[in-house]
Amino acid sequence: MDKIPILRLGRFLLVTIQVDMHDRLALALQDDLTSQIVSTRAQGVLIDISALDIIDSFIGRMLANIANMARILDAETVVVGMQPSVAITLVELGLSLPGVRTALNVDRGMQLLRLSRASEDSDFDRRPIP
Amino acid sequence: MADRTVAEIIERDQSELLKEWIRRQKEDLSSRQDVSDAELQTDSRNLLAALRETIKSDAQTDIHSSEWARVRDLLADLSRRRVLQGFAPSQTATFVLSLKQPLFDRLVATVGSNMKVLTEQIWFVTALLDKLALFTTEVFQKTREELISRQQQEMMELSTPVVELWHGILALPLIGTLDSNRTQVVMQNLLEAIVSKEADIAIIDITGVPTVDTLVAQHLLKTVAAARLMGAECIISGIRPQIAQTIIHLGVDLGNVITKATLADAFKIALRTRKLTVTSM
Repeated sequence: MDKIPILRLGRFLLVTIQVDMHDRLALALQDDLTSQIVSTRAQGVLIDISALDIIDSFIGRMLANIANMARILDAETVVVGMQPSVAITLVELGLSLPGVRTALNVDRGMQLLRLSRASEDSDFDRRPIP
Repeated sequence: MADRTVAEIIERDQSELLKEWIRRQKEDLSSRQDVSDAELQTDSRNLLAALRETIKSDAQTDIHSSEWARVRDLLADLSRRRVLQGFAPSQTATFVLSLKQPLFDRLVATVGSNMKVLTEQIWFVTALLDKLALFTTEVFQKTREELISRQQQEMMELSTPVVELWHGILALPLIGTLDSNRTQVVMQNLLEAIVSKEADIAIIDITGVPTVDTLVAQHLLKTVAAARLMGAECIISGIRPQIAQTIIHLGVDLGNVITKATLADAFKIALRTRKLTVTSM
């Protein structure tokens, strides 16, 4: 079975979706990602969907779900690299992914995460957890 | 052979027919000064000759068959020219139909004594010329439709430029009413520009949009949402006082979209977001 790799980049996690999503894969991703966020204490998640030509309401909802789960675990989610045609389809479907932040590409997404986390990176947060 | 009579008449009285036909056409076109006699003469003579040849060759009255190709080509060419000259479709059809009377006169003179043959002949001519006249109208219509769709296409392309104001800041000056089709084109152009220019701010300027109703507002919000999905922030600028009033009266919720009265203000905000300032030298 396919597995979507989750790469660790410093304080952030990078998920690149390159295969067609289906229910089981999506659930597996949610499982993996949440446990990874907890184990690595990641502060941000980048989901790269630049390879996806089609996004239906299912994947749209899944992205929103992942973002919400990550938020509960105190990690911010940025969806990056959406294709123009995909954006149009999602808007026509009425799915504008309200709780999800977006960026043009991985680079921009990383910048966005760094910026929004910079303010919280006070020395208080840096203290090792006893 | 019944059809032969018509061909014979055309052959025998060609110059007379032509003269009378052109006289009738001129009566109909008296309001127009821009048709040259020479042009009418050439068109009429060519068509008459083509008609004679075709009728002579025992062609059926199905004008879409290959025997009528020459006549059809002549008429199509004439129709197309007349569209560009701004003729009415009826004037183009009259070009063919005004041949009826002179032909009928000749037929009566030639076979008038034989009622049966006369009726047969008149029916043949009427059916044929009607079909040809309808054909000119068809071509006329088609040419005009082509013209309209081409212009529409051009307007669509003309009216949706995406301008790069600064590195990473795009402006999209909208002109004219937004309908679903145009929104689609606008959205596509904007999103593609966001990718190619790596922009993170897009300013949609609606100074040139005459009215904003709920539908237009919805289209705008869709565009904003799509741009946001690509990671670009949108600012709507150029909102005139009346439009601000209409938007509120209609109860449209522009929600969390940044709106500014002028493009300059929007640009200022955009520069600030990118941490850029303008200083005097």
